[in-house]
Amino acid sequence: MANADALDAAFADGPAYVPYLVVGDPDDESSKAYVEALDRGGADVIELGLPFSEPIAEGSTIQEALVRSLDAGMTPDRFFAFAEDLEVDAALVCMTYYNLIYQYGGSEARSASDASAGPRPFVERAAAAGIRGLVVPDLPAEEAEPLREACDEFGLDLIFIVAPTTRGDRLDRMMANVSGYVYVQARLGTTGARDDVSDQTTASLDRLGEYDVPKAVGFGISTGDHAERIVAGGADGIIVGSALVDVVAEGVAAELSTAEVADRLEALSRELKAGAERGHRSRTETVESA
Amino acid sequence: MSETDTRTTEETETARRPGRRRGREDGKFGRYGGQYVPEALMPAIEELTDAYERYVLDNEDGFVDEFRERLAEFGGRPTPLQRADRLSERYETEVYLKREDLLHGGAHKLNNALGQVLLAKYMGKERIIAETGAGQHGTATAMAAAHLDMPCTIYMGERDINRQRPNVFRMKLNGSEVKPVTTGRGTLKEAISETMRDWAETVEDTHYVIGSIVGPHPFPVMVRDFQAVISEEAREQAIEKTGGVPTDVVACAGGGSNTMGTFAEFVDDESVALHAVEAGGSTLEVDEEAGVAPNSASLFAGDEGVLHGARTKLLQDSDGQIMESHSVSSGLDYAGVGPELAYLVDEGRVDPVAVDDDAALEGFHRLSSTEGIIPALETAHAFGFLEKHHEKLGERVVVNVSGRGDKDLDAAIEETDKRDVDGAPDMSMFTGGM
Repeated sequence: MANADALDAAFADGPAYVPYLVVGDPDDESSKAYVEALDRGGADVIELGLPFSEPIAEGSTIQEALVRSLDAGMTPDRFFAFAEDLEVDAALVCMTYYNLIYQYGGSEARSASDASAGPRPFVERAAAAGIRGLVVPDLPAEEAEPLREACDEFGLDLIFIVAPTTRGDRLDRMMANVSGYVYVQARLGTTGARDDVSDQTTASLDRLGEYDVPKAVGFGISTGDHAERIVAGGADGIIVGSALVDVVAEGVAAELSTAEVADRLEALSRELKAGAERGHRSRTETVESA
Repeated sequence: MSETDTRTTEETETARRPGRRRGREDGKFGRYGGQYVPEALMPAIEELTDAYERYVLDNEDGFVDEFRERLAEFGGRPTPLQRADRLSERYETEVYLKREDLLHGGAHKLNNALGQVLLAKYMGKERIIAETGAGQHGTATAMAAAHLDMPCTIYMGERDINRQRPNVFRMKLNGSEVKPVTTGRGTLKEAISETMRDWAETVEDTHYVIGSIVGPHPFPVMVRDFQAVISEEAREQAIEKTGGVPTDVVACAGGGSNTMGTFAEFVDDESVALHAVEAGGSTLEVDEEAGVAPNSASLFAGDEGVLHGARTKLLQDSDGQIMESHSVSSGLDYAGVGPELAYLVDEGRVDPVAVDDDAALEGFHRLSSTEGIIPALETAHAFGFLEKHHEKLGERVVVNVSGRGDKDLDAAIEETDKRDVDGAPDMSMFTGGM
């Protein structure tokens, strides 16, 4: 369990800023500069998206980014090489769909008479590339056991997404399997930037209050003020995807230089991180004055 | 009859016909099936599983009775099992046609669509969404939604919209909204992904009417159970007309709903050979570089993976990215297949066969000219199989005519004009060619 504390540590001093970008969007070199800009902007954990051709949990912003990356030739092996090359302080997490995890290791594993090759080769390779955790949006806790075992073997955290509709036994089962942090889905629907704080977020954080694991809220966070309100509402971290992917998409559309887009990503990151810290301070002050 | 007696009867029935109930308990077919979906959908899927068990399996509130009555009165069931005289003569075997093309809407799709829309109503849902490939499931869902007074949105790939304009119009005539899907190549798999996205946002008041025996549990078992009416009727009709079960049952296979519906009651009849005819497209070779499989033969040529909520057989590259499939018939054009069929193929119970575009087109013309039935291009693959493999078939063959071909006339003219098809009329006057 060599790496298992890396994600906990990211949440140890104040609220964690957890940005997401699609690796290889729009090409490997720019993408590396963008991820490193997130790191300079204060990222504690960086979620690296490995594109799958059928991303059923994503809204149009991230879906288009995944297509740009696939069109530029992204593969799992290139993704791992990319992660190894990164020069960042933040802990790295891979976000992808189960079929890519399941197929990794080649066709000889697949054609074996039993189905046991499974997720192990992917997790082993991810660990070697310095990945500390996995988020798999199409893998509910019910189907996660083989991946959970492989993650335990190689010291990766398995991060589950808790939806506004997750309650009761399902929530208990998930919380028994989760490690690192729990990804609190702020609202129903797919990913995409919005600027309000949904009642569903507050209700989810209340439900999760009794579980001793960091709670990072994602889906729709786009500004520093928004981040502040989410953290003031009880989140231990914020996950930001579509708002950052939008910056990359604008760069592609307006043919901006890589440096210009990287600067914008760094600036937005600073704003989001500062917002999260303000939210955390207001929470501490409220507690102290009580 | 006492309670104990009832249970004994049921247990005997289960022991005698386990295939008919496969997957109902946990959604697993050997290593296939499962529920690989975003967390936000899990509560909806649990709610649906509960409703399936109560209404469909236990007939709570008389659901099954109402379903059967509406299938008869609105749908026109039962459909006939008709002897095909010319084909019987040609192949020197008794060929019987299960005429699902005569079901309201012109295809087997209504069996499932009516079942699911009615179930949504029993569940108190207020809105229906569905994906469609060829437009057959979309038109069936639109008809069922209008019949049961439910608002309905259909997602359809842009490319399929262009291939199937009359079906788009039919859906709109029935009051449904048709939303074009522009991502990817704009076919069925993109439409399924897009419909799942809509559902993730609207699960609380919306039911997703999935069009085949694919997706997360309980969809594969539920859709099979709604479509099983095909084989329930066909088995009884065959026994009545011919004095026994057939030696062979043939159905085309894309996602697999007509296939499984046609096989369901025969799975436990070990003497009956089951042939699933897939779209061999132009070739079974794949272009890994371009991510294209110029066929839709996932049972025959695919391998295990996870797509759209289930573990099944898929057309995918070595990384696990899903291939763009191809078929002359858009209804078979799908990179996956129902998990139950994947299981039955591995078990050796179902024989998967690929029939290419050319042979399917010949089958289309043969059935049209010799039997007076213009089949859907999907269905035509089953007749391509018959021509090619009739020598290995037994003395009584049932073929499911899953749909009629009116929707495919433009495509048939275009595809026929490209080829030298045996027995086809000269189509050049329609296409401007020579």
